[in-house]
Amino acid sequence: MTKMRIWRKPDTMSIVFIVLGAVILLFILVPLLKTIFSSSPGTLWNTLFEEDVYSSILLTISAALIATLIGLFLGVPLAYLLARHQFRGKRFLEAIIDVPIVIPHSAAGVALLFVFGSSFLGGKVFHSVGIEFFRTFAGVVIAMMFVSVPFLIDSAKEGFKAVDVRLEKVARTLGASPWKSFFQISLPLAWRSIFSGSVLMWARGLSEFGAIVILAYNASFFGWNTKVLPVLVADRFDFGLDYTRPVAALAVLISLVAFVALRSIAYRGEKA
Amino acid sequence: MITIKNLKVNLGSFLLQSINLDIKPGEYFIVLGPTGAGKTVLLEAIAGLYPVLEGGVWIDGEEITNQSPEKRGINIVYQEQALFPHLSVEENIAFGLKMRKCPKGEMRAKIGAMAEIVGISHLLKRSPVTLSGGEKQKVALARALVTEPKVLLLDEPLSALDPETKERMQRELREIHRRVKVTIIHVTHDFEEAVALGHRVAVLNDGCIAQVGTLPEFLHQPSSEFVARFALSRNIFSGTSEEEEDGHVLIDIGGVRMRATTEARGEVRLSLRPEDILISKEQLQSTARNCFQGVVSDIADRGSIVYVTVSLPPDFICLITRQSFEELELEKGVSVWITFKASAVHVF
Repeated sequence: MTKMRIWRKPDTMSIVFIVLGAVILLFILVPLLKTIFSSSPGTLWNTLFEEDVYSSILLTISAALIATLIGLFLGVPLAYLLARHQFRGKRFLEAIIDVPIVIPHSAAGVALLFVFGSSFLGGKVFHSVGIEFFRTFAGVVIAMMFVSVPFLIDSAKEGFKAVDVRLEKVARTLGASPWKSFFQISLPLAWRSIFSGSVLMWARGLSEFGAIVILAYNASFFGWNTKVLPVLVADRFDFGLDYTRPVAALAVLISLVAFVALRSIAYRGEKA
Repeated sequence: MITIKNLKVNLGSFLLQSINLDIKPGEYFIVLGPTGAGKTVLLEAIAGLYPVLEGGVWIDGEEITNQSPEKRGINIVYQEQALFPHLSVEENIAFGLKMRKCPKGEMRAKIGAMAEIVGISHLLKRSPVTLSGGEKQKVALARALVTEPKVLLLDEPLSALDPETKERMQRELREIHRRVKVTIIHVTHDFEEAVALGHRVAVLNDGCIAQVGTLPEFLHQPSSEFVARFALSRNIFSGTSEEEEDGHVLIDIGGVRMRATTEARGEVRLSLRPEDILISKEQLQSTARNCFQGVVSDIADRGSIVYVTVSLPPDFICLITRQSFEELELEKGVSVWITFKASAVHVF
């Protein structure tokens, strides 16, 4: 039997909402597409092989990756605690975790400088083990981490919450230590949320500008003195739109491709 | 032997306290109580999964109150089974053995034997997500039993199953217990389940144990109104069933032979709801297959309803409305007829 489709004239409200929705979608899509297609593929290709461009791409991608790895190591345990325990001040703690999302990122950069700058305590501690943050790779990493780690923590927390606590209890009675129960039950079952949170964090790190401008406008990276892509785009804009356009297009393309690819991995096998 | 002394647990809105239980090795022990009585928390406290405020738990004379759950040798099966969804049935059962670093060959043999006992050998390669409720429950049982626990805790294991599966699982639980001989503490809100499975029953109400005993003790000396209400909710008999020519089954419960519809033969237990029994002064002409004469031996007035005990013997508890009670002019010693359908007899 074929499915009957009955055409109903949409009501006025639906028509108005569809039109409004279309406007905002175009507002998002048109600038992105225009940026990507305003430079010819040849120009993009050639831009890719300019030294300050490819060094910038490598710096951006690897710094965001390292920020995400540190975020995983430090953030996932916190996410688990928040998902499993009720305690006084928990809501306040959860609010603090999300603060980096709402504050101006240039202010976040200044705040980081106040702790990790060479004349402040955090900076001195790390200086003693040979790590500097001002205008370095490490500076880019902590700036990215600060502004993007809330996405990972929140997503991982929701993932752990969705794991039935009784599975962990059963695992314990069957002889699993708390560690084993975490690594063999909770973590594998929350993995999808943790992974998609990591993708969000990484993508957010890639696009960070404000905090990085303050902390590491230029960063030394494998002998290059380079900048992250968002900073490079702004930097080149000072020399004119034509000069910055292909870099902006590359930045948009790289973020989009990475984001779409990783998300499709995270949701592989899951029905829409 | 598991001993619980003066156990006190905080459930947030109320306390579970003065819990004292002595459970014998190999016993099938039931904790019966209404929903929300703290039955699950009691089990979790015994397993070390819930903090204990006072008192303690001993196994074979050794105190385990402060031992971590993985060292106790007490396994738990929840109502919702809690199978690990990312592992196959076989891997689920293997989990506890792996934690004990059981050698591969021995592990395979143990899993095979346990799967055989609970009847899931054909499911080992499946994902638990694809199983039916009854199958999941068997996998959960196998997973809990394969490590040979000292005590097995069952938290409403049959409540999520449909009535038919539930009845079959009751029989299978009895059989599994007979073969494995593990000490079981089974909590339920279902009186019939308690009767069908338990050696002894503890009734949990208002945060403490109202009564511990065997079923006959409950029926004849209920320690409180609450226990009495539970006990009065069913007529419970045991007897022998044999097949009749007309397809019905005749069950001899000692003096009375009643007709029932069931597959079970031999030693059976059966229950009959008090509200399913009609009382009359004269023998009724009806399609109901069971009609017996007896004498009113007890009357328990509960306001709008009245419990009337009719002794044939044995005693049948019947529930009638106040109006019928008055119309029939019932009093102790009066001779009456009781009538009930063959289908009202529930055999388990």
